[in-house]
Amino acid sequence: MSISEEKGLGLDPTAEEVSAFIEEETLSDRVRLWLRQTPAAVPLVVLLCSLAIFGLLLGGKFFSPFALTLILQQVAIVGIVALAQSLVILTAGIDLSVGAIMVFSSVIMGQFTFRYGLPPEISLICGLAAGTLMGAINGVLVAIMRLPPFIVTLGTWQIFLASNFIYSANETIRGADIAERAPIFQFMGNKFKIYGAVFTYGVILMIVLAIILAYVLRHTAWGRHVYAVGDDPDAAELSGVRTKRVLISVYMLSGFTGATAGWVLVGRIGSVSPTSGQFANIEAITAVVIGGISLFGGRGSILGALCGALIVGVFSLGLRMIGTDPQWTYLLIGLLIIVAVALDQWIRKVAV
Amino acid sequence: MEPILYARNAVKRYGRVVALDHCDFDLYPGEVLGVIGDNGAGKSTLIKALSGAIQLDTGDIHFETKKMHFSNPLEARSAGIETVYQNLALSPALSISDNMFLGREIRRKGLMGKLFCKLDHAEMERQSKQMLADLGLLTIQNIGQTVETLSGGQRQGIAVARATAFGSRVIIMDEPTAALGVKESRRVLDLIKDVRERGISIVLISHNMPHVFEVADRIHIHRLGKRLCVIDPKEYEMSEAVAMMTGAMKPKDSGDVAE
Repeated sequence: MSISEEKGLGLDPTAEEVSAFIEEETLSDRVRLWLRQTPAAVPLVVLLCSLAIFGLLLGGKFFSPFALTLILQQVAIVGIVALAQSLVILTAGIDLSVGAIMVFSSVIMGQFTFRYGLPPEISLICGLAAGTLMGAINGVLVAIMRLPPFIVTLGTWQIFLASNFIYSANETIRGADIAERAPIFQFMGNKFKIYGAVFTYGVILMIVLAIILAYVLRHTAWGRHVYAVGDDPDAAELSGVRTKRVLISVYMLSGFTGATAGWVLVGRIGSVSPTSGQFANIEAITAVVIGGISLFGGRGSILGALCGALIVGVFSLGLRMIGTDPQWTYLLIGLLIIVAVALDQWIRKVAV
Repeated sequence: MEPILYARNAVKRYGRVVALDHCDFDLYPGEVLGVIGDNGAGKSTLIKALSGAIQLDTGDIHFETKKMHFSNPLEARSAGIETVYQNLALSPALSISDNMFLGREIRRKGLMGKLFCKLDHAEMERQSKQMLADLGLLTIQNIGQTVETLSGGQRQGIAVARATAFGSRVIIMDEPTAALGVKESRRVLDLIKDVRERGISIVLISHNMPHVFEVADRIHIHRLGKRLCVIDPKEYEMSEAVAMMTGAMKPKDSGDVAE
């Protein structure tokens, strides 16, 4: 609280601004301040650099509309889960269960139609509602019971995943059946072409969701409250933010977004499979961390999370095209995670 | 004159510990009331009860002639009692104007505000600047900068400006100068006087005797969970106040003294 206690600057009544920065500001302080205010800068630069490097190494093969949009298709699911994860991490929480919510929601969508004969549109809505409800359970446990988010979602991850296997009896609903009876489940996997660039509706959904969430976080009171809760929950409460309500709504929105990822998942693999998307939660956390969102809450942006997901996609496809052992991808991603967190620590150091 | 805020027979126990023992409290309109007391005397319990952060076991709090039951700080705040907490309750990563309006944001007029809940950042920044300027807190160059880039005194200024800005009648300040250097403390004390000029009553809790003696109109000495006495800082030495606070000296009888 009292950084410049000794300096006593800034209270000179003749000073022109409240923001009289301490004079001995070094270049590194300035960079740090800028990075703090533009959290998506580093991931964006890393993304552009990795695009440039793979472009130079691979040439037109990589820099084609087809390959670049293939990356988008491949990251759509993880990208959407990362959006859900970003919301939770901004409140200084973590949602390990969001991948399980995704799979369970997709299974609920499928089974409601194929087991109970509900119209697919109704089943879709039920699936999204189920995801929201699972998020609400997390939210209540975190906000009202005051349990640590890591433990809560570690538990619900197992619970949702097990329920998913029990409920589905480990059965896959075949793609051909879905195409015949409930094509809407596969809608997000449908493709359309613009000059060689191939998009799926899942990619469009990811982009639309990202724009909506970025708007909500920046331009609504709720969005500001999400940051305030992540920054300092006690201060937010004393300032008049209803922190419990904010937390529960964040987990609910995360669950809902996870469920939409479940819809995209069915589109991508064509079938409803209770064993799919096993690592989506970890991949999403990876994307969020590489995207520069602080695990300590209150800092970061949706654009950053999206960049993080794309960086992972660029590395995976680029290295595969080069023809290296796929383990190199994991090795490099692991390095990126550590660098990203180290950078976050440096940015967060209060020394302005 | 009637007190604007008073408490009678306030009792608060934490298990076996009696934090407030039939304590009385009076704050008059337009005054700065210093509250001093040894550590553990129950000052902060008293203040928390007045600001709605805790609830009394027995006893009453009256504000502007009405009996009040605050179940949380928000209720006290909407009634007109603002508290500037020692940790200031600011969000460091948010901007000055975001902090000023946290929990009472202004939306855009028209469709964007109603339908899309879009905030009016420009208007909030304009009003924040005005609030700071009204308190003589200098003209702000960049109201959009984050609070973590400000010095301790500047943060205190933001917290006080926020407390005064929304039509409050009473401001409770908990150790406002504890974390500040000499110059910045000076500025905050001037700020307290400015706020009093605007007719707002202030409760100032502090361990810093020179600061309390400088700005307070009356001083409430708290000891062993109750009000020992209320003194006029012009009639007493600081050493006498400290002696009463620690029990080394008995308070003299005067009209102001409780019990």
